[in-house]
Amino acid sequence: MKEFQFTINDPVGIHARPAGLLVKKAAEFQSKITISGNGKSADAKKLIKLMSLGIKQGMEISCQIEGEDEETACEAMLNFFKENL
Amino acid sequence: MEKYTGKSVLKGIAIGRIYWYRKQDYQVVKTEVPDKEAEKRRFAEAVETAQAQLVSLYEETLARVGEDHAMIFDIHKMMLEDDDYLDAVNEVLEEGFNAEYAVETAQDQFAEMFASMDDEYMKARAADIKDVSRRVIRILAGVPEDGILTDEPVIVVADDLTPSETVKMDKNKILAFVTVRGSSNSHTAILARSMNLPALVNTGMTAGEELNGKIGVVDGFQGEFLVEPEQELLDEMIHRKNQWVADLEALEQLKGKDNITGDGRRIDIFANIGKVEDADGALAADAGGIGLFRSEFLYLGRENFPTEEEQFLSYKAVLEKMGDKKVVIRTLDIGADKKVDYFALEEEENPALGYRAIRICLDRPEIFITQLRALFRASAYGRAAIMFPMVVSVAEVRRIKEIVNQVKEELSTEGHPMKDVELGIMIETPAAALISDELAKEVDFFSIGTNDLTQYTLAVDRQNQKLESTCDTHHPAILKLIEMTVKNAHKEGIWAGICGELAADTDLTETFLAMGVDELSVSASSVLKVRKAVRDL
Repeated sequence: MKEFQFTINDPVGIHARPAGLLVKKAAEFQSKITISGNGKSADAKKLIKLMSLGIKQGMEISCQIEGEDEETACEAMLNFFKENL
Repeated sequence: MEKYTGKSVLKGIAIGRIYWYRKQDYQVVKTEVPDKEAEKRRFAEAVETAQAQLVSLYEETLARVGEDHAMIFDIHKMMLEDDDYLDAVNEVLEEGFNAEYAVETAQDQFAEMFASMDDEYMKARAADIKDVSRRVIRILAGVPEDGILTDEPVIVVADDLTPSETVKMDKNKILAFVTVRGSSNSHTAILARSMNLPALVNTGMTAGEELNGKIGVVDGFQGEFLVEPEQELLDEMIHRKNQWVADLEALEQLKGKDNITGDGRRIDIFANIGKVEDADGALAADAGGIGLFRSEFLYLGRENFPTEEEQFLSYKAVLEKMGDKKVVIRTLDIGADKKVDYFALEEEENPALGYRAIRICLDRPEIFITQLRALFRASAYGRAAIMFPMVVSVAEVRRIKEIVNQVKEELSTEGHPMKDVELGIMIETPAAALISDELAKEVDFFSIGTNDLTQYTLAVDRQNQKLESTCDTHHPAILKLIEMTVKNAHKEGIWAGICGELAADTDLTETFLAMGVDELSVSASSVLKVRKAVRDL
């Protein structure tokens, strides 16, 4: 299993638009990807759950990746966060 | 004539026939179906149709209003692909009920979840869940999509409008929007602003269908909606509307022009902003710089203190956007009417006279130092100036400067690049205005905050609507304090600006110029209006 932490810089947090993009990115991989933050966690492939985490600017999230393609998935997810959030 | 009032989204006037937009509100009936599997297939087909509609809505909106508005339909489409949403529908289908009822059940469940979140933005997403669910229900029930059936442009009046509804409307046929409910953050409001259409939301009116076809006037300046006004009033409104259109065109012509009077006196006109994106509006309005960047947005609506890095990125973003234009950033002004839980501020009898702004910063320097570090680090990326709110004494200013120097030393030891930063103070207490001669020796500029200065000088609570008539912003006491402040600034060779609401009051533009005010900082939408007032002198 791979894991990384990230602090959200986006002023609005994981709102609709980045949540949509994040789901699309996560769907590219076989691995199970879980986002935890704000005391809750959600499957990164599920839009509504992800939005319902209510992640805002300044919160630290952790992203856990487990599966065959976890190496590449981890790198891609981290890049996604850096670019979009 | 009937008259309704609401919250105006855009200052403008529209006159035309009223079109009452009636939703094809379909009442879902709960029934048991004989064949569960057939019902599941019926649902799956409806979802497919809905997705096809959403794809074409996305493309249509993308072409017409741009990606920002279009992406909501992409999100709607993804909601229909969401496992949790589909599971919730299928659960009800599995119990043998009809698909319309199953979708409505899922809709209510998720809409309620969003509505209960403690975040205004997320609360508004409940409307998206409803919008997309109604779409599927309409398809299942064979109810046609709503639309406007009219040949001439109309004033659209509705209870409330969903994003799908607003975008579906043919822009060439809309003069204005009036909604019974809705907030200034609703899609209707946002779209109206982007299309430059007058709009009133939250009118709370009880009238409806009977308005259809009548002549209406939307007055965005007064926040009024007039139905069948008398001829005399109608003529007056037509005159005002033509005036408004002519003014708009005239103001557009002023972009790129100097803020200079007929006899050659100049003044800077800057914009007030409250968040990073507002800098775009300031540039679009041709503001000469940012005269007040309120840093509170970094602290409000969250659960813990913003980090130095976060603040640095926000300040840097604005400085970079503004290029070589000056950006005056005000350090945090929390307290009084702006409350934040994690500051753990005690309840106060008189919050406006209490623990707020610079008083908190000097009492809890760790908060202040984090902000100053971020500000000075960001200074390398543009032309930053920093100002401090709620100052009442020279001692405070000296203490601020000590902390500033300490921060600058630390940063330069750490090797951070920095540029020279002008340090100024807000003059918003009568005390500061009265000792402005002493204060001017300590700082690089003054910015007069007329909102608080008025409240403190006249002893009038700004929030108390009953006192509105007592709150005379042109009171000679206030004008004397402003004049004294500007004079004392110039005596020490520093500049003085005004950043309160009074700065945009064109009845006073001449007075301010005569006093020698160097800069007026106003909302982006007032920049050209004030420029016009200056050039007309």
